[in-house]
Amino acid sequence: MYLIKEARFLAPDIKLFRIEAPRIAKKRQAGQFVIVRVHDNGERIPLTIADSSTDDGTVTIIVQNAGKTTRLLNMLEVGDSVLDIVGPLGEPSHIENFGTCVVIGGGVGTAIAYPTAVAMKQKGNHVIGIVGSRNKELFILEDEMRATTDEFFPMTDDGSYGEKGFVTDKLKQVCDDQKVDFVLAIGPIPMMRAVANVTRDLGIKTVVSLNPIMVDGTGMCGGCRVQIGDQTKFACVDGPEFDAHLVDFDTLISRNSLYKDKEQKDLDEFQADPLKVLQEVRHQCRMDQAAEALKAGSD
Amino acid sequence: MDRLPPKERMKIKRHSMPEQDAKARARNFMEVNIGLPVLAAQQEAQRCLDCADPRCVGACPVGMKINDVVTLVLDGDFIGAAKKIREDNVLPAVTGRVCPQENQCEGACVLGKKMDAVAIGHIERFVADYERESGNVGLPDLASPTGKKVAIIGSGPAGLSCAGDMAINGHDVTVFEALHEIGGVLVYGIPEFRLPKDIVKNEVDNMRKMGIKFETNVVIGKTITIDELLTEEGFDSVFIATGAGLPRFLQIPGEHLGGVYSANEFLTRVNLMKAYDPDSHDQPIYDCRGKNVAVVGGGNTAMDSVRSALRLGAKNAYIIYRRGEAEMPARKEEVHHAKDEGVQFMNLVNPISFLGDEKGMLKVAHLQRMELGEPDASGRRRPIPQEGSDFELELDVAIIAVGTGANPLVQSTTPDLDTTDRGYIKADDDTLATSKPGVFAGGDIVSGSATVIRAMGAGRQAAKAMHEYLMQSVTV
Repeated sequence: MYLIKEARFLAPDIKLFRIEAPRIAKKRQAGQFVIVRVHDNGERIPLTIADSSTDDGTVTIIVQNAGKTTRLLNMLEVGDSVLDIVGPLGEPSHIENFGTCVVIGGGVGTAIAYPTAVAMKQKGNHVIGIVGSRNKELFILEDEMRATTDEFFPMTDDGSYGEKGFVTDKLKQVCDDQKVDFVLAIGPIPMMRAVANVTRDLGIKTVVSLNPIMVDGTGMCGGCRVQIGDQTKFACVDGPEFDAHLVDFDTLISRNSLYKDKEQKDLDEFQADPLKVLQEVRHQCRMDQAAEALKAGSD
Repeated sequence: MDRLPPKERMKIKRHSMPEQDAKARARNFMEVNIGLPVLAAQQEAQRCLDCADPRCVGACPVGMKINDVVTLVLDGDFIGAAKKIREDNVLPAVTGRVCPQENQCEGACVLGKKMDAVAIGHIERFVADYERESGNVGLPDLASPTGKKVAIIGSGPAGLSCAGDMAINGHDVTVFEALHEIGGVLVYGIPEFRLPKDIVKNEVDNMRKMGIKFETNVVIGKTITIDELLTEEGFDSVFIATGAGLPRFLQIPGEHLGGVYSANEFLTRVNLMKAYDPDSHDQPIYDCRGKNVAVVGGGNTAMDSVRSALRLGAKNAYIIYRRGEAEMPARKEEVHHAKDEGVQFMNLVNPISFLGDEKGMLKVAHLQRMELGEPDASGRRRPIPQEGSDFELELDVAIIAVGTGANPLVQSTTPDLDTTDRGYIKADDDTLATSKPGVFAGGDIVSGSATVIRAMGAGRQAAKAMHEYLMQSVTV
């Protein structure tokens, strides 16, 4: 049982949690992730760590509504708990002084790109941030990204905030204007693929963070395997960050849609009465807390 | 029950294990074997000749005092029998179900020369089940506390076995597990129909009663390192029992297709995450109903996978194995069970590639026939492809069960831990001590893939040396 110490929406359907997990908070580096299980019959889902605090032993995750598990998670509040959280998993981001770095966040991917932007800045890079979202409402972490970047460009698909256009439009412009040494892009797969296509021709080293389906997160199952050039890699232990120019994005997309029927069915059932599911989870959570208290008392 | 004279004892026929009807069980996840009733278990115990020098004990990897257990069963003291078993074996209900007794205790039984060996596995299982159902537990006596702290990394059979012995010796034991459940391969690997998860839970609860602590969601090498355990966390000795956790693939085209699984992933989804019950569990698995499913491999993991696929509703469930049935590493009982349930065996066949549709889903396997040549390094005859024997098989799911490699998470973060070329941890043959003082290792992470009981034997072996190591530092 891991206590939620802070929970607030950053945008509709995007929620920030600070969860008590002192060991993970102490170890975690930019680019690493945790696996969370919300309740006893729940699935294990990987979520990248956005931040951590050793002061109060918490890790921060930012969650966007997608399927049943993320929607259920986003209904939890301060004082609730998640059943399991394990990490920090994966290899940390490779941080070095490249010179000029462009850090691109698409939607909730910004939460994953942000800690690496901070680390790149600390390492002495000139950091340019480009953040894109569908509209103004969904734009997140603007203050944080502005504070850590030397140049910052907000982009929205509909022009309701910042410039109208895609992150790749801005990236091309930035690369025309100055020499770029390194690009990190984290967001929806089509966005990461589009960025890879832009920088491939320009010969700029580019890294993306992949989010394949995972189970254990420790290299045991191989479900998260991705094609990187002519090699098969496990995103959980070899990644999640890989050379964007070598990633087989088509395979990633098709593997990520393997379970869409079951996911849709679970989501439909959940949305028929989400509060009922939440009550069950909270009830189980309280029972578990009581059992833990009893156990602690008897030790 | 008094012992009959030897002549009378030898007239009793070995009791066979009652099992669920093959047709019915092939479509459910309930346990296949049902267990012996009291009278049958005692009659089976009656068959034991009570040898002065019991070879069964020597053939048991954990040295269980089988002769004493049999006597207690004859006396009707089943809780006493459980306690006697636990002196050497912390998981009687587990080993009574999954041990290959035919190669161990029963393989050494003198009766086996002329007739069927005593069904020691059935008796062991009976004792453990009787104990659990009675609500009483026969726990071994614990030595007085030594004040020494021991960390066990991994809660599979090697880790649990070591934990049990260390607790008996009076040490303060904490077991760390990366997953959210305790049991390692017993909960993620071995299916419900062979080893119900409630039974593992019950055995773990018994270990809690012995004072052993368990911490889930801790990945040693990521969440904490071995060095931190030995310094900040204050442990005096560490046993590494992380298992063989890296799945091997075939390295053939098409393995990235949807529907191609490692056995580890398939079994973890089915067992640990309970994907066989999709109405009340969220973790998905490919819907096998009415589909063609093949498992590549011939070991126990392959049998567990193919029998799980059948129970998930597969129309055709195949074993594809590149050698012949005689070379199969799986237990005979498992192969027979699989055949009875309707699994189709394609022996001397090997996949060359997998082909998919435009959505990236597996549709067809391209296979070739093999023949057996001279024995290879494993002592088994080497499979050689037959020219021009290629053929195709329609498949929706392919599960690769060709073994595992060493998971590097612990080794890569513990620089002074020596490993082999293949990444396994080097440990002394006798003591299982590693190159790092106070750190021991055993089970699959040292030996490569083996059985539950071999791993438990390694756990005991390490516990003996760890105990000596810890007590030595007390007297000095």
